[in-house]
Amino acid sequence: MTTLDTELAPVLPVTGQKQRVPKWKKRSTWATVVWAVVLVVVVAVVLYPLLWMVLASFKPSNEINGNVALIPEHPTVQNYIKVLQGIGGIPVYTFFLNSLILAVGSVIGVVISSSMAAYAFARVRFAGSKLFFGLMIATLLLPFHVLIIPQYIIFQRLGLVDTFVPLLVVKFLATEAFFVFLMVQFIRNLPMELDEAARIDGAGHPRVFFSITLPLIKPALVTSAIFAFIWSWNDFLGPLLYLNSTDKYPLPLALRLYNDQTSVSDYGATIAISVLALIPIALFFFIFQRFLVEGVATQGLKG
Amino acid sequence: MTTTQRQSPPAGAPTGSAPSGPASNRRAGGRPKLSEKKRDGIAGYLFLTPWLIGFFVLTLGPMLISLYLAFTKYNLFTDPEWIGLDNFTRMFADPQYQQSVQITLVYVLVGTPIKLAAALGVAMLLNYRSKGTGFFRSAFYAPSLIGASVSVAIVWRAMFNADGPVDTGLGFLGVDVGGWVGNPALVMPMMILLAVWQFGAPMVIFLAGLKQIPGELYEAADVDGAGPWRKFRSVTLPMLSPVIFFNLLLEMIGAFQIFASAFIISSGTGGPAGSTNFYTVYLYQRAFGDLQMGYASAMAWLLLVVVGIAAFVLFRTSKFWVHYGGDLK
Repeated sequence: MTTLDTELAPVLPVTGQKQRVPKWKKRSTWATVVWAVVLVVVVAVVLYPLLWMVLASFKPSNEINGNVALIPEHPTVQNYIKVLQGIGGIPVYTFFLNSLILAVGSVIGVVISSSMAAYAFARVRFAGSKLFFGLMIATLLLPFHVLIIPQYIIFQRLGLVDTFVPLLVVKFLATEAFFVFLMVQFIRNLPMELDEAARIDGAGHPRVFFSITLPLIKPALVTSAIFAFIWSWNDFLGPLLYLNSTDKYPLPLALRLYNDQTSVSDYGATIAISVLALIPIALFFFIFQRFLVEGVATQGLKG
Repeated sequence: MTTTQRQSPPAGAPTGSAPSGPASNRRAGGRPKLSEKKRDGIAGYLFLTPWLIGFFVLTLGPMLISLYLAFTKYNLFTDPEWIGLDNFTRMFADPQYQQSVQITLVYVLVGTPIKLAAALGVAMLLNYRSKGTGFFRSAFYAPSLIGASVSVAIVWRAMFNADGPVDTGLGFLGVDVGGWVGNPALVMPMMILLAVWQFGAPMVIFLAGLKQIPGELYEAADVDGAGPWRKFRSVTLPMLSPVIFFNLLLEMIGAFQIFASAFIISSGTGGPAGSTNFYTVYLYQRAFGDLQMGYASAMAWLLLVVVGIAAFVLFRTSKFWVHYGGDLK
């Protein structure tokens, strides 16, 4: 596939020259065919790991290694049965439940705290707002390394290690500046006249916030909620730092258990639980892909 | 509202995001009693309360604690002991630290440009036609959403292992490298491939930028007889430079923070032979494996200073190659 890719690549700019067609937008059929073939090849390469992963989870462990074939020769659900038996005496649904609690908690925290901060930055005039906005932007670029050690010490002193509190409290305090920034940008695009009209009618800021701003920034709230869910679902370092007991592990830590405990020759169960762990994200992706991709396109959010 | 949002230009220009200022919040009617200014001040700080607590208690405060710890020896259980610059001098004599700096730099400085080149190439491919590319855009974006997850790290490890599909596939082509995961020389290419695989997020941003370039510019270039390469160099690149700058900044900062994939692929060891001992992995091991909180804090602060200088240099040099003309509104 890769050879085909490199063969076709140099062809494209040449066909893009289109001597016969004067209009910039018009393309010849031949160029379009080459274009489509190149795209399909690139898409196949990009999606191969995901496809391989899903299909490998239905292969017996001895079939996973040693061949490139995607389709299992002897399909089996044995890997999934093994996963459902749990690990270390903990049933697998516990890990899903823990992940779900953390992700839903994160969504609630992010949506509430970030929309409040964004409203203050975008619509309220108060002393220090420019300074704080600048500081908020600065935290976008701050490497998290300088925070993990002191934050750990603080939560350890408070006796909160091995609870979900450290993982959730940061979300309720709008520490993820990406979300605040995204919502500030969105609120600034709303017409100011609506706020003004409401305020002339005697509505205070809380009223404007709840009745006008929040309903209008729904798309930004949805985008933030999806990203907050997925980031929490994928987060590995946070739970690794704060959670010690296996029964509190979310999926990424449980996956690590499988990964470290199984030998190289027995990948089946590990790959099967990896697939299971990605299913909620896949669902979000299929349902909300527009929100996700547009969110990235307009705000520069990264996955 | 959705439409307004979709049509707005990408936040490609970081400088374009300066606060619109208090002037945007003017009210028509006057108000008796409590002055408007005071009411706004109270409301502003009330709305900002969660963020303010988060900023002071979870960001600024910890930064200062970390700065103090960087000059101490601290194991979490006894009081920090002031040792001056010892942590910093130790770093320069610590071969493992040097190695982690080296591989992190290679990863950031080699991986990021390749990833962005792939992102730009595919974005241009998608921009070639305006219709029917939605599926491809979503398909390319999917890896970015899950690339940093433990699941993908596990799959990557399985795919690149000895006798995994990549190894076996290369075997058919007559190349026998005997597994990438166990080979210190091949771990870096494998990690860079994992990063490049996630080109979708910068690609979506590039695509949004490409759509902002007026078609007349290309028509004018056509009239002047410019070939495809000339058009790319003289129209696409300059018009896209704010977006390139933004992606470069974002991706480099992201690359510095690589952790989960390296940690999983090496089972937390940073091996083989320290080849996945990225900065964050080493910092984690020192801080939470050996409880050398002081030393690890010094490492964190050195990183902060270096990243700060790098960002500053990038911003200062940007005026030579980033064109904020009438390109992006």
